Amino acid sequence: MDSTIVLILLQDGVMNGAIYALLGLALVLVFVVTRVIFIPQGEFVAFGALTLAFMVDGRSPGTVPMLLILGCLVFLVELFSAWRSRQWAGMGRTAAWTLGLPGILYLLAPYVVSKETSLWVSVLFSMALVVPMGPMLYRLVYQPVAEASVLVLLIISVALHFAMTGLALAFFGAEGWRTPPFVEGQVDMGPVTWSAQTFFVLGTCAALIIALWLFFGKTLYGRALRATAVNRRGARLVGISTNMSGSLTFTLAAAIGALSGMLIAPVTTIYYDTGFLIGLKGFVAAIFGGLISYPIAATGAMGVGVLESFSSFWASAYKEVIVFTLIIPVVLWRSFGSKHIDDEE
Amino acid sequence: MNRKQSIRLSVLTGALALALPLMASAQIKVGITVASTGPAASLGIPERNTVSLLPTEIGGQKVEYIVLDDGTDTTAAVRNMRKLITDDKVDVIVGTSVSPGSLAMVDVAGETQTPMISVAANARIVEPVEGPREWVFKTPQNDLLMADALADAMVKHGIKTLGFIGYNDAYGEGWLNVMTAAAEAKGIKVTAVERYARTDTSVTGQALKLVAAKPDGILVAGSGTPVALPQSELKNRGYKGIMYQTHGAANADVLRVCGKDCNDMYLPAGPLLVADQLPDDNPVKKTALDYKEKYEAKYGPDTINTFGGHMWDAGLLIQAAVPGALATGAKPGTPEFRKALRDALEQVKDLPVSQGVFSMSPTDHAGFDKRARVMVKVVDGKWVYQPDL
Repeated sequence: MDSTIVLILLQDGVMNGAIYALLGLALVLVFVVTRVIFIPQGEFVAFGALTLAFMVDGRSPGTVPMLLILGCLVFLVELFSAWRSRQWAGMGRTAAWTLGLPGILYLLAPYVVSKETSLWVSVLFSMALVVPMGPMLYRLVYQPVAEASVLVLLIISVALHFAMTGLALAFFGAEGWRTPPFVEGQVDMGPVTWSAQTFFVLGTCAALIIALWLFFGKTLYGRALRATAVNRRGARLVGISTNMSGSLTFTLAAAIGALSGMLIAPVTTIYYDTGFLIGLKGFVAAIFGGLISYPIAATGAMGVGVLESFSSFWASAYKEVIVFTLIIPVVLWRSFGSKHIDDEE
Repeated sequence: MNRKQSIRLSVLTGALALALPLMASAQIKVGITVASTGPAASLGIPERNTVSLLPTEIGGQKVEYIVLDDGTDTTAAVRNMRKLITDDKVDVIVGTSVSPGSLAMVDVAGETQTPMISVAANARIVEPVEGPREWVFKTPQNDLLMADALADAMVKHGIKTLGFIGYNDAYGEGWLNVMTAAAEAKGIKVTAVERYARTDTSVTGQALKLVAAKPDGILVAGSGTPVALPQSELKNRGYKGIMYQTHGAANADVLRVCGKDCNDMYLPAGPLLVADQLPDDNPVKKTALDYKEKYEAKYGPDTINTFGGHMWDAGLLIQAAVPGALATGAKPGTPEFRKALRDALEQVKDLPVSQGVFSMSPTDHAGFDKRARVMVKVVDGKWVYQPDL
């Protein structure tokens, strides 16, 4: 094993680690704000990547009608709750994002979906299709039971994961897909050639992390989310809507997931069920941070990526064993080392 | 329609639905379980699609096909099989798509005395023919048959050392065993063995290690589109030797995902893959083209793949055996008919199907010979038949 191999493995590990870091961040975010362990996070990776792959291939993805149906369901649910509380304010806005947006995308789809469409337009269109599913799923699935225990929310997450995997199989088929790279070309650095795509992934991840940091530190909505994370009841007392926080969090989580999927789709083959394993590794990273700390989760994600790449070199048959065994000492260390805070109380 | 009427209508439909199976009990029933969801969905979906092309009448008897999905789950496959046998009283079982499930179903076939035709590849499903396996047949080629074809081609390419990267599961393990045996018999040494998983997003580590070992050729043992990842990674890491794939890669989606990285790779496959390039005197050509035409007429051009062919061949086997079983005078739905059908399946001789020529015998329930495989090379994103390999 010489230095070239070490460098290539590091490069590979850091790139995968960056994706795990993004997913780990999203998982931490969702957990602290809503107490949901968001297992379907990985499905957004697959939905994002496969929607883009279908658009690039000139086929209309199944996410187009799915968004329309989800939107209608959310609208009906909102209509029902408005009718019960006799509060019709805000229904206009609800109609706009649950009926208007999916409807417009549905009508636009036949014009946008073609092999000639520029990659960036396809990316934007795919994001517009996948990201609204985050808040819609929150409204339909989690919001009615938002005050339930962490265990109930976890069970719901597992159910949602299976439902979304099944839908992905129906929409995208069993075979894998790839998308063209966002940037072509190679960069020579010492003995190793880095593909430009790697830098693009790392750059996007860094930009996203900084953007999230600014969002949480500088904006009103970001601070509201942080307040909810620190103390849900306290946040409600000062007038922060937990529903709004949850909805916003799921929008962010869906956006991060879909974007991660589009970032890795050019370098690897994505299947309808790829997301789960990627999400699970992001979850290992999130566990490193005890589901509450962003910097430790990001560091942990890099560690998982590099460990994975080196173990695939030394003992490829035991790669997953090594990565997932790692979680045991970490959880042990965290449960002995840290003061246990039960936020159920 | 008012509520009373609608209730009346649903009661009527319910009664009809209950009565229909009773009316239809005199026909031949074929129970099918395939993995149309789960990890093996790329095998199970074309198999399920093929069922709708099978004939609904054999030897003057109506045939009913009942298809269940087992989600690539061994327990579900066995449960489906028991349900088909006890509830639906099927005469023959076809399935399932993967070897672990099929191996588990073998015992049920023996216990309930029901003939079973597996569409999974592992030789242990039918070998040796004794105990419950007397009731079990299979349509895909043995891995050994394919590994032999690969070893022969490697000898002709002058390969002395072979690298191997395969699935981290029973499929990869099985291929490593048969390939090592076949290669060593021809004086080829397997020098590097690596593993990867179907959903892996990177195989850089494995590729680096294989390239460093400098074998003359590398075999990728996977199935469906996941074979593209090691193939393109090895090319990107500058591997210059000859790349081989197994017949698991014989799938149009592989070429779509892999693009130019898959050019110049060799693989053994059922003749169905290159049916239109076969010489006219090949016995397989006619029936393979017939299946291809029917499948693509229904599901669109270039949708055919060899997995669906295994289901088609199972259908052909049943068509060949049923007249013989009916001739014994046994009625469908009875244990006597199932026994007669098993005996008739064992008598099938020189039956050309889409993937080869079946000649079953009391000691061989797979029944394929060398006519069931061809070597194929990928040239400019197309499968090209290699008659000389």
